[in-house]
Amino acid sequence: MGFILVQILTGLSSAASLFLVAAGLSLIFGVTRVVNFAHGSFYMLGAYIGLTLVAVFGDLFGRGHLAFWSALLCAALIVGAIGALVEIVILRRIYRSPELFQLVATFGVILVIQDLTLWGWGPQDLLGPRAPDLRGAIMIMGEPLPRYDLVLIAAGPVVLLLFWLLLNKTRFGILVRAATADREMVGALGVNQAWLFTGVFFLGSFLAGLGGALQLPKGGANLLMDFGVLAAAFVVVVVGGMGSIAGAFLAAVLIGQLQAFGVLFVPQSTLVMMFLVMAVVLVVRPFGLLGRPELVGQGRQMLDDPLRPTGWRFKILALVLVALLVAAPLWLGDYGLVLLIDILILALFATALHAIIGPGGLVSFGHAAYFGGGAYAAALLVKYAGTPMSLNLVLAPPAAALLALAIGWFCVRLSGVYFAMLTLAFAQIVWSVVFQWGTVTGGDDGLLGIWPAPWASDRVAYYWLVLACCTAGILALRHGLHSPFGYALRAGRDSPLRAEAIGIDVRRQQWVAFTLSGAFAGLAGGLYAYAKGSVFPNEMAIARSFDGIIMVFFGGVQQLSGPLAGAAALTWLKDLLFRLEMWRLLLGLAVIAVVLLFPQGLAGFLKARFGRFVGIRPELSS
Amino acid sequence: MTGAVLEADGLAKSFGGVQAVKAMSFRVAPGEIVALIGPNGAGKSTCFNMLMGQLRADAGRVRVLGDDVTGWPPRKIWRKGVGRTFQITQILPSFTVRENVQMALLSFHRRLFDVFGRARLAHVDAAAALLERVGIVDLAERACGLLAYGDLKRVELAVALANQPKLLLMDEPTAGMAPAERLALMELTSAIARADRVGVLFTEHDMDVVFGHADRIMVMHRGTLIAAGPPGEVRDDPEVRAVYLGSSLDPVAE
Ligand SMILES: Nc1ncnc2c1ncn2[C@@H]1O[C@H](COP(=O)(O)OP(=O)(O)O)[C@@H](O)[C@H]1O
Ligand SMILES: [Mg+2]
Repeated sequence: MGFILVQILTGLSSAASLFLVAAGLSLIFGVTRVVNFAHGSFYMLGAYIGLTLVAVFGDLFGRGHLAFWSALLCAALIVGAIGALVEIVILRRIYRSPELFQLVATFGVILVIQDLTLWGWGPQDLLGPRAPDLRGAIMIMGEPLPRYDLVLIAAGPVVLLLFWLLLNKTRFGILVRAATADREMVGALGVNQAWLFTGVFFLGSFLAGLGGALQLPKGGANLLMDFGVLAAAFVVVVVGGMGSIAGAFLAAVLIGQLQAFGVLFVPQSTLVMMFLVMAVVLVVRPFGLLGRPELVGQGRQMLDDPLRPTGWRFKILALVLVALLVAAPLWLGDYGLVLLIDILILALFATALHAIIGPGGLVSFGHAAYFGGGAYAAALLVKYAGTPMSLNLVLAPPAAALLALAIGWFCVRLSGVYFAMLTLAFAQIVWSVVFQWGTVTGGDDGLLGIWPAPWASDRVAYYWLVLACCTAGILALRHGLHSPFGYALRAGRDSPLRAEAIGIDVRRQQWVAFTLSGAFAGLAGGLYAYAKGSVFPNEMAIARSFDGIIMVFFGGVQQLSGPLAGAAALTWLKDLLFRLEMWRLLLGLAVIAVVLLFPQGLAGFLKARFGRFVGIRPELSS
Repeated sequence: MTGAVLEADGLAKSFGGVQAVKAMSFRVAPGEIVALIGPNGAGKSTCFNMLMGQLRADAGRVRVLGDDVTGWPPRKIWRKGVGRTFQITQILPSFTVRENVQMALLSFHRRLFDVFGRARLAHVDAAAALLERVGIVDLAERACGLLAYGDLKRVELAVALANQPKLLLMDEPTAGMAPAERLALMELTSAIARADRVGVLFTEHDMDVVFGHADRIMVMHRGTLIAAGPPGEVRDDPEVRAVYLGSSLDPVAE
């Protein structure tokens, strides 16, 4: 009995930080309709800044209650100010842009914060300070419970109550509620919308920072906190319902309990349990426990040009490019070939992703799951079945497709930012399964010794194999978009109402497209595994998904040839930046700059500038 | 009466506390052109959305060609032979005019999962014939995102005709057009309805169009039918005159 009670209390205490982060995320989304992917980074900053302030305040004012608690509060306030700054400098300019732009911009912020944190606090995990007078544990019916957990248990309801007072008893709160219900209405009320949004960003980031700072005595600070909490916060927000603070609380408590009791039965897979809860909730209530449907799926669409048949000049250009690539081993060294292999594989990955993002109109933020799925499928076959390379490369795509089929079934029920968050959360779950299931997947150590068959073991031979596979894959994807299937997919994006009214099952079209896209991503992953000779969980990590997004985005979402240009640009840029100290920071700034300055992407820019030389004339998109 | 293309029986829908449509019952016969008129907010669009499944009715049933289609999704009702146009035009902006029609034809021929063919080369002649029929064949290669409003309405009509419908639902098909253009479009619609015995239900604010083309007029006000019958009868109905404040029904000249 005492054991169960303590377990429940432990669950409640772990719900606290999660609730704070999710509440901030939900609040920001409710008012601005921006899903702040950098929210996890604010949480991480809260922890690191809190750590420093506790030490500084401790030296200044003695190590009492006042110093400790005011340090945590100040840390949260500073994070709130950083959030407001991000809103003013970046997001304010892109509220009216398609949601992809906002997601990419906030991802740029993630990169910048990662590097700044590394630079400021170093790479090692830091232990959190103990709260004064809250060391040790109390006994509850003979079972120990850390004293600090009591603080966390209280924090959730207290913040919820303060929130309720703020939203219901203040003018700011009334505006927030009005904006959450109807964004246009706020403008009509004559409110200064810009400052309302900045205020909301401050408050949301403050909550994330507070969440990070409050968990210090339990969890300390490390550089993986940002993505770690992001996936969990997405699950909470999806389960609770976007824009609903009470929903976030309910969901955080639910997930907290699940984790507390889940570790007793399946200690290795609490994330999988989370996924199961989310899956059940989504099937029963697609917009979350307390969410309302009208809040999602109103993202602005990009206006594409119609697909035109490729002109002969463009075809000749493409042929020349392929010929140059075939001949590349003649004039490229080993290092250049390795780079080119990476570019080709990532171009295939990006083209597969682009099919979903562009013509499909669905921003998948978890495509690394299928890239990594293909890589692991090939590697596992080598390890456990000893099958030859050619067979493994044939089997990698269907394996990845199977994964995409299962995950896609859930994801296509939703659209817009919900789709982005769901795909990311699912990818994170796949990653954690691979990461934690060490006996089969090798866990963090990965799987080694994935070498090409003898006939392809020479670098040049493998390069040609990659070139052949990727060219074929990219052409197949391109053809698919020109096929009736691809048109029907695009019709569903252009106007779901019209598509359904001419007999198109939009969801099914998207589901099949998602699966096919997963298959091509899987082929890229399989090729990648053999190119590196090994597979690590990194191939499935969020960073890989973001790479794909950025390649698509750099290239320009509206261009079929965009992913190619994007893959080349990003790989080249990374190769260049990797040698520098703070490459993430520079990459992040580059991403933000592209969002703000070249919204039509590289290929779009080239098309607008030079398109007429190859017989392409921009129509709608520029 | 058997043989009706459309029968609505006690349709009702409320949003929050507001009853947008209350117990609507009516039928449309093959080849019959019926106008559903009423002031803004009367519930006409809501009614259309329930007929083709875009909205789920709170109560009541819909029958198309004798089959109960209540609760069916729009795509399934479309396959039964219903085409529709929307008050806010719904075409595919990143498609050309011809491709919009081709898309509907591809769906009609159940080729939505064909990944091998080329959509651009499919059903070219049939698409051209439909565009010819609505008089925009010269716009075939234009991107829809760039068309004038009146032309978009014609594209939408061509798309709605792609499945050889037995019933056309047209929500304000001529809104935003010049008066001469409006009459021409309805002329065209009437001709198609007569030739192929398509039942047409349309809403319209232009009384010239309504009285010039409808076989029957139904007047809706605050979610209910307040009058229904041949044009002459409806025009003289005192309740209808009260709703329309008399004036706008008068300038009709036959
Ligand atoms: N999705 C909706 N949510 C809430 N109210 C709606 C919705 N759609 C229509 N209404 C309301 O229902 C009533 C009928 O609207 P509508 O069917 O569009 O009228 P009409 O087409 O005759 O102008 C109006 O009062 C309108 O405000
Ligand atoms: Mg209407």
